[in-house]
Amino acid sequence: MKLFLKIWRQKDAGSKGAMVDYTLDGVESDMSFLEMLDILNEELISKGEEPVEFDHDCREGICGTCSLMINGRPHGPDSRITVCQLHMRSFNDGDEIVIEPWSATAFPVIKDLIVDRSAFDRIQQAGGYISVNTSGRPVDANAIPIEKEMADKSFNAATCIGCGACVAACKNASAMLFTSAKVSQFALLPQGQVEAAERVENMVRQMDLEGFGNCTNTGACEVECPKGISLENIARMNREYLTASVKG
Amino acid sequence: MTSGIKDADDKTIRELGEKIVEAKYGNLFQMYEKIVDENPYKTPMKIYPAVHYTMGGLWVDYNLQTTIPGCYAAGEANFSDHGANRLGASALMQGLADGYFVLPYTIGDYLSDYIRTGVVSTDSPEFDDAEKMVRERIEKLMGGRGIHSVDYYHKKLGKIMWNKCGMSRNAKELKEAIKEIAELRADFWENVKVPGEANSKNQELEKAGRVADFLELGELFAKDALERNESCGGHFREEYQTEEGEALRDDENFKFVSAWEYTGEPSKSVLHKEDLVYENIELKTRSYK
Repeated sequence: MKLFLKIWRQKDAGSKGAMVDYTLDGVESDMSFLEMLDILNEELISKGEEPVEFDHDCREGICGTCSLMINGRPHGPDSRITVCQLHMRSFNDGDEIVIEPWSATAFPVIKDLIVDRSAFDRIQQAGGYISVNTSGRPVDANAIPIEKEMADKSFNAATCIGCGACVAACKNASAMLFTSAKVSQFALLPQGQVEAAERVENMVRQMDLEGFGNCTNTGACEVECPKGISLENIARMNREYLTASVKG
Repeated sequence: MTSGIKDADDKTIRELGEKIVEAKYGNLFQMYEKIVDENPYKTPMKIYPAVHYTMGGLWVDYNLQTTIPGCYAAGEANFSDHGANRLGASALMQGLADGYFVLPYTIGDYLSDYIRTGVVSTDSPEFDDAEKMVRERIEKLMGGRGIHSVDYYHKKLGKIMWNKCGMSRNAKELKEAIKEIAELRADFWENVKVPGEANSKNQELEKAGRVADFLELGELFAKDALERNESCGGHFREEYQTEEGEALRDDENFKFVSAWEYTGEPSKSVLHKEDLVYENIELKTRSYK
């Protein structure tokens, strides 16, 4: 199939970007979206032009590195998948496809379609961990039984891959879904209770410091999340936060 | 998940089966459906074995320290745990075991000697040499004749490895692979095309550095496979098999780990044999029959 691509090109964070048109022929329906971009880049390199830079790593939907806004939707038209799992059969011959980077103040563009998501790392570092004694006599994990329902909820929160689609989807560029998933995965388990109060306070404080917007319960994040992280997590984080401040 | 259903009929089994499979493997089945465009709950899955792991890795001592003092390699990056075979999900095992049981003791022990060292100055001949080496390598990559892209070389190398140094290999093809990779590597350094600038974000340059490494490692793989005249674990040498086509080990001559010392050219790597000593278990041939 033949595609008409409109792609955001930006030299670096300090330069002004612009949409650039490319026509790509010979795209097959069983190619992945990223393979399609690989082919475009091969063509650009052979013509002596600079390839379009985009983030990617595992290409199996697990690592959370790929991050493209396709026709106005994070990770493209299909739901519950990342861009690397999107295949060209979701498009038709002659389609115009608009490809942009995540757009948020807290995610500055590094180059072309690559944005700096280190703000997420700093939120994680502020409290996304539990303290475990690894020296002497570590406690056997099986010594603490956990109900299946709680284990599943915690696991579901932990499936967040930190891609940032929730921020890109949100009209306020809020990082509440991401932060709440990272808070919830520990808040739901006994191992997470020791540091529960300081975790939620520190992570929310860091989230605000990074310049993410506020949550207005629109729910676009949940719809666009490739891992289906539930809005319930935001409610849980709010409860955790309230409890922590009352106990203060 | 169930307390058991006696004499379940075909329909019940199917209904229950789909739910249980979904609960356990829903994410993998979704992934399959997206790639292949067929519903794996309803259509038999098309699967084939593929190389996704190389078993080996950086040489480390029992403290997980590499040959460079103070440089530790943990998890799948090192060679320590897997031997000639490696089962699914073992990546987690090695990451957890190294991170949980080994490094908390060994890194702290190493650092205890340096805790008062302070900031190390970059004003030293060693730093200058290292910096010069990296700069020259980058300049060489950027200054190629610009004929073929990095991907062109990566794909060619992949094809050689897949065809001649895969799960099943033989001496004739391994020798061919060694020659072909050496030629491809020379071609790469002469003709690779890396667009853009060296001093900005440049994914092609990043990739070129990795492919340059793969071009050395690939040849070493083939050399190692060629010198090991036995079939062991995930490495099947076609010349060494039982009458039934099973892997045939040679414990008398190859009961060792091959640790290759880097000397610049893969063909000139130096072999260090680390004997495998079994004190508590008896060496046997594993049979799945």
